[in-house]
Amino acid sequence: MSARILAATTRRILTQLRHDRRTIALLVVMPTALLTLIYYMYQNLPAPPGAPRPFDRIALVVLGLFPFTIMFLVTSIAMLRERTSGTLERLLTTPLNKLDLLFGYGIAFGLAAAVQAAIASAVAYWVFGLDTAGPLGLVILIAVTNAVLGVALGLFCSAFARTEFQAVQFMPVVVIPQSLLCGLFVARDQMAGWLQGLSRALPLTYAVEALQEVGAHTDATGRMWRDLAIVAGAVIVTLVLAAATLRRRSG
Amino acid sequence: MTAAIEVRDLVVERGKRRVLNSISTTVPRGSVTGLLGPSGSGKTTLMRAIVGVQIVRSGSVLVLGQPAGAAALRRKVGYLTQAPSVYDDLTVRENARYFAALYGYGATAADAAIRDVGLADAAGQLVASLSGGQRSRASLACALLGEPELLILDEPTVGQDPVLRAELWDRFHALAAAGTTLLVSSHVMDEAGRCDRLILIREGAIIADDSPADVRAAAGTTDLEEAFLRLIQEREEAVATPGDRAGSTAVANERQTP
Repeated sequence: MSARILAATTRRILTQLRHDRRTIALLVVMPTALLTLIYYMYQNLPAPPGAPRPFDRIALVVLGLFPFTIMFLVTSIAMLRERTSGTLERLLTTPLNKLDLLFGYGIAFGLAAAVQAAIASAVAYWVFGLDTAGPLGLVILIAVTNAVLGVALGLFCSAFARTEFQAVQFMPVVVIPQSLLCGLFVARDQMAGWLQGLSRALPLTYAVEALQEVGAHTDATGRMWRDLAIVAGAVIVTLVLAAATLRRRSG
Repeated sequence: MTAAIEVRDLVVERGKRRVLNSISTTVPRGSVTGLLGPSGSGKTTLMRAIVGVQIVRSGSVLVLGQPAGAAALRRKVGYLTQAPSVYDDLTVRENARYFAALYGYGATAADAAIRDVGLADAAGQLVASLSGGQRSRASLACALLGEPELLILDEPTVGQDPVLRAELWDRFHALAAAGTTLLVSSHVMDEAGRCDRLILIREGAIIADDSPADVRAAAGTTDLEEAFLRLIQEREEAVATPGDRAGSTAVANERQTP
């Protein structure tokens, strides 16, 4: 790997994003619009005694889900384009290392996710009065880690798609089961044993648990750091798998 | 000094089809070698094998004395793919600067490459908004970057206006005079005369591998297109298998391409 090539690649990906004004607008506006929707959905639902109001519980988890889902989709399409347009094959004939490319995507879209998470969190906290025991900074940190997980999974899954139609079909495969089992819809300890086991094998579960820890505790807990470390570990494993799908030679 | 490219008994198979059937050839340094043949003859496959991105069945390819695809070759070999491979959502300049950065060159080298392919006026335009010819020149600019020792150019002049085409060929010869080795593929015979050496391939086999003058002499005609046709016919009469007859109609059709 080379710092110069990694920096050039990150800059190139961000420049591509900068030229795509509509995508930027969607990245910024959509989370806010969806949070607004969620706010009004739960507005009249009474909070159970002693528990946070439903909006606080849902919005906190959604702040982590957005960047994950969006960055997964954006990355799998971007990487698929690299594969189909011939730029990937060309890049692999240059001094660029595979990891320069993968980390370039991770950093570039991680930065985009940080901006998105900051805006969405600002809206959630200051417009809709989201209340968490822990600090906003940790929420953003977890959201960005989660976004990078989405990037890594997108880089990996793009290897199994030949067309953009196929690539978007990986969204339901990768994102929806993890979202269903992460504890947002049904608390994990109330699920059947085998579903709990499945849930424990999926990285998004730990990201959501980390967010819930921030929601319930004033200071960062050991469990939160452990969860965050598991998500980061999943990122590394997925990136290594993604690197294995980048072959210099093909048939 | 070793040859720029040494291909020995190269066999490439795709599925059950043999795309390259035991090809051997040597490309000397500092020359412009034309790789000619109809589409589907195996030109691109041979070029990919030389760049080291093609899975080969058997045989060897040595590039600048090292096995094709060796890590050290990546900064010495420039490759232009047949379909332009640049980023549509970047400007010409942004593309060139990115590829320049990969080789450790700055903005000056990138701008020079853009000028060399005659795109200085369009440097600030998004590649997506360019014409087909401009787009392939943008791709060419990115291959010329970094003063590679060996340039593998897959149909660099397709769709270019005649004046520009002549300029590009002048540029290729200037590079060769300065010591660069160029392997340039084309399916247009009038470009064959501009090369120092010609390799004609058809159905995965080499039909001719000589200087244009020697190819003309061997076939007994001054017209290269006619010369190739005679060489193919001679070869077919020698081999005379029914399967090859169908192929010769294909090559006749291919020759219609201007």
